[in-house]
Amino acid sequence: MFDISIGHYLTLGAVIFTIGVVGIFLNRKNVIVILMSIELILLAVNINLVSFSIFLNDLSGQIFTLFILTVAAAEAAIGLAIIVVYYRNSGTIRVEEIDKLKG
Amino acid sequence: MPAHAFFFYIFSLIAIVSAIMVTASKNTVHSVFFLILDFISISCLFILIGAEFLGMIMLIVYVGAVAVLFLFVVMMLNVAQQKNQWFGAATGSKHIPVGMVVSLIIFFELLIVIGGWKLKPDLSNDFINLSTTNITNTHSIGNVLYTDYIHLFQLSGMILLVAMIGAIVLTFRQRSGLKRQSYIRQISREKNDGVELVDVKNKEGVKIDV
Repeated sequence: MFDISIGHYLTLGAVIFTIGVVGIFLNRKNVIVILMSIELILLAVNINLVSFSIFLNDLSGQIFTLFILTVAAAEAAIGLAIIVVYYRNSGTIRVEEIDKLKG
Repeated sequence: MPAHAFFFYIFSLIAIVSAIMVTASKNTVHSVFFLILDFISISCLFILIGAEFLGMIMLIVYVGAVAVLFLFVVMMLNVAQQKNQWFGAATGSKHIPVGMVVSLIIFFELLIVIGGWKLKPDLSNDFINLSTTNITNTHSIGNVLYTDYIHLFQLSGMILLVAMIGAIVLTFRQRSGLKRQSYIRQISREKNDGVELVDVKNKEGVKIDV
């Protein structure tokens, strides 16, 4: 209980990952919340990488986390730009009203 | 280490609760605020575990840039009025049981993987022991990042450049009716296009047709 091991951190990562997946599945609101859920999932992955890197005394995990951070920032910028363009064209970003492809 | 455990439980509790609030909050602006809180508590956990550089970078990149970007977009698009219809909505309720079941399955699969996983006993001999050296975390990351990973580092800079150009190209809007300065047209003007030499006769003046 009071001895924090790698399992605690991995469990925290699993919980946050699952919350992110739930946020994508059950979202009825708008696409921005889906992007935020993707950020949560990437955060959970970062927790896993950093905890392995610390507990195994290997720096590669932290380097990889740095690159994931870069890609996540680029992804957020592009995704928000797409959302802005979509809102400008169709006037809504509600999830159930985005059905141009009849998916 | 009770202090480590104490702070770990506090920060992870805050992180989990705010992650739930990100997805369940009624207002999108509140979701962004809880996302910021989540990033801050996770970066506190990183600092706690010993990855100080990544914790600080997390604060700068996520809280300073990405979350503010989200906030800007939420404010610009005026979606705060669209209330969340998670529970009780007629249209959205049919996805909730299936989504819950699938997410619970994912969670328990992850827990099974975490519980059944074990290190090889002689594994730790292969790695350099970072805790015995007395250089800082930032120093050791810099030692590796600019030597072994230099190509990946430059490639990530390339990714950021492409993302910036892509975001600008996507959101750029060409408006008609605006008068702009065009250097090409200014430079390529000839004398014959703009100036006409007229012989002015005495007491008759010049007739100008516009």
